Amino acid sequence: MKKRDLKKIGQRAYSWLYILPGLIGVSVFYVLPFGFVIYYSLIDNISTRNFVGLDNFKALFQNSAFLTASKNTLTFSLVTVFSAVIFSLILAVILDSKIPGKSKFRTMFLSPLMVPTASIILIWQVMFSFNGSFNSFIELFGLEPVDWMKSEYSQIVVALLFLWKNLGYNMILFMAALSNIPKDQVEAAEVDGANALQRFFKIKLRYISPSLFFVLLLSLINSFKIFREVYLLTGQWPYETLYFLQHFMNNTFKNLDYPRLSAAAIVMSLFIIVIIGIIFILEDKFGKDVEE
Amino acid sequence: MKRKISRAKILKRTRITLFFIWALMFAFIFIMPTLFTFTNSFMSETELTSTYGAVLGNVSGGSSYMSESVKLKLIPDMVSFRQYFTVLFQSPEYLLKFWNSMILTLPIVAGQVCLAALSSYGFYRYRGKVKNVIFFAYIVIMLMPYQVTLVPNFLVSDMLGIIGTRWAVILPGLFAPLSVFILTKSMRRIPVAAVEAARLDGAGEFKIFRKICLPMCKNALYSVVILTFIDNWNMVEQVLILLDNPELQPLSVFLSEINTGEVGVAFAVATIYMIPPILLFLHGEESLVEGITYQGSVKG
Repeated sequence: MKKRDLKKIGQRAYSWLYILPGLIGVSVFYVLPFGFVIYYSLIDNISTRNFVGLDNFKALFQNSAFLTASKNTLTFSLVTVFSAVIFSLILAVILDSKIPGKSKFRTMFLSPLMVPTASIILIWQVMFSFNGSFNSFIELFGLEPVDWMKSEYSQIVVALLFLWKNLGYNMILFMAALSNIPKDQVEAAEVDGANALQRFFKIKLRYISPSLFFVLLLSLINSFKIFREVYLLTGQWPYETLYFLQHFMNNTFKNLDYPRLSAAAIVMSLFIIVIIGIIFILEDKFGKDVEE
Repeated sequence: MKRKISRAKILKRTRITLFFIWALMFAFIFIMPTLFTFTNSFMSETELTSTYGAVLGNVSGGSSYMSESVKLKLIPDMVSFRQYFTVLFQSPEYLLKFWNSMILTLPIVAGQVCLAALSSYGFYRYRGKVKNVIFFAYIVIMLMPYQVTLVPNFLVSDMLGIIGTRWAVILPGLFAPLSVFILTKSMRRIPVAAVEAARLDGAGEFKIFRKICLPMCKNALYSVVILTFIDNWNMVEQVLILLDNPELQPLSVFLSEINTGEVGVAFAVATIYMIPPILLFLHGEESLVEGITYQGSVKG
């Protein structure tokens, strides 16, 4: 008995060997330097290194560039996350029905994921410039042309690019969830006279809720990563409503302002951790009764 | 009774037809940008300039406010391969950037997937409290955007003195935790019986890993390869901060400069640039879908 226990402990220890190489790398490049990040956020600058408490955080929340960037990022996220969830769910429902050519459609919906953004921004530029295709299109309906990339609508143009790229991925997650819904329950409800909408909200939605929360989280995080598309579309200096947090960070990197950089990184990571926490709690509340 | 059934059938048919029309519409929107980029790459420089000149290619002079309107054109008037010839044989800088993309992406993909396969096996076998906490930490890191992760990456690379070299991008990339997340989730679907049977036959841990877990996660492995490839093929943020030497920068960053400067070849370069990930996708779509599906939910 004792020998077996020892063997078990040995096996447990051995299994750590597999984790170790990755864990060391993650610690060195992601976790341990965060200690420096915390330290830098509390000092005035890297040469004098005077302890200033939370002054860097106070300064950050008074910095107009940071505030603009946060506001833009949050409005963008709010709009895109909800449209991403709704539209990808619609796509998944369409592909879950018995339409012909399903696999072809899936390939087409998923393909933007694999097209490098840098390759297709030319098309976006042609479509949304002042004398581009989209303006010709809306002029047909008697609307005034807009210089999309240099107006308050610029976020919409970027949001379209974001949705174009991300819907397919979310759709796959939803499709998997939809196919896991027990058929007998749906049929039983059908016999009981529940209509399609009732069936969707009362039964299906409950079963896809874990995926729903995952897609919500994923889209939110992806919307924070929107800088890439904006940079490729407009370069380092976009129209004001397209000035996002990554732009702010890039400029702070350029000035090598470590304390501000660190304070901003901490604020943002706390924000994301809070969001992850909220999603976890929500998932616990809604997903409990359907867990296998 | 009979009438009722046929009515239900008609309703069902209408719904499917409607869905099909929606699907067609979405499909058109989804492939349109890729399709246009591809066909436009066969336009000659003159045709491109005359078609899109008012929008692309002239940063100076404010001519983008000229009254003429610019329409996307699907089919070129005349198919020309001249711009491909220019890109492939006459201007080494494009090929150099393509090579830069490769030399950054391939090591990251290979390294990350190998490390992640090992880690996931470690997380899969003998789950305990500590491992669960670490795995959760990986999920949190996976969800952090570049705004956050680039700061620690930068500090370490600065200490190691590798800022401005390829290592500054490659090393942190090796340890990005997305692959670990997907692979661990897929290993947890391996039936315990398969592993136990192998153990009773006297197979050691490494043999179980190699002979049972890896083959059973073949699809997840392939999907992780595809996902890390496209993510790094697309890289912009890391490059701007960690690799500011223009000569070493990948095509993803360089393309936006070509787009404004040289419309003539821009579509051709863009098309060449999307070939590797598209080929990967078309070849591994089933695995990719399976891999994405494994993520399921946030919970470990």
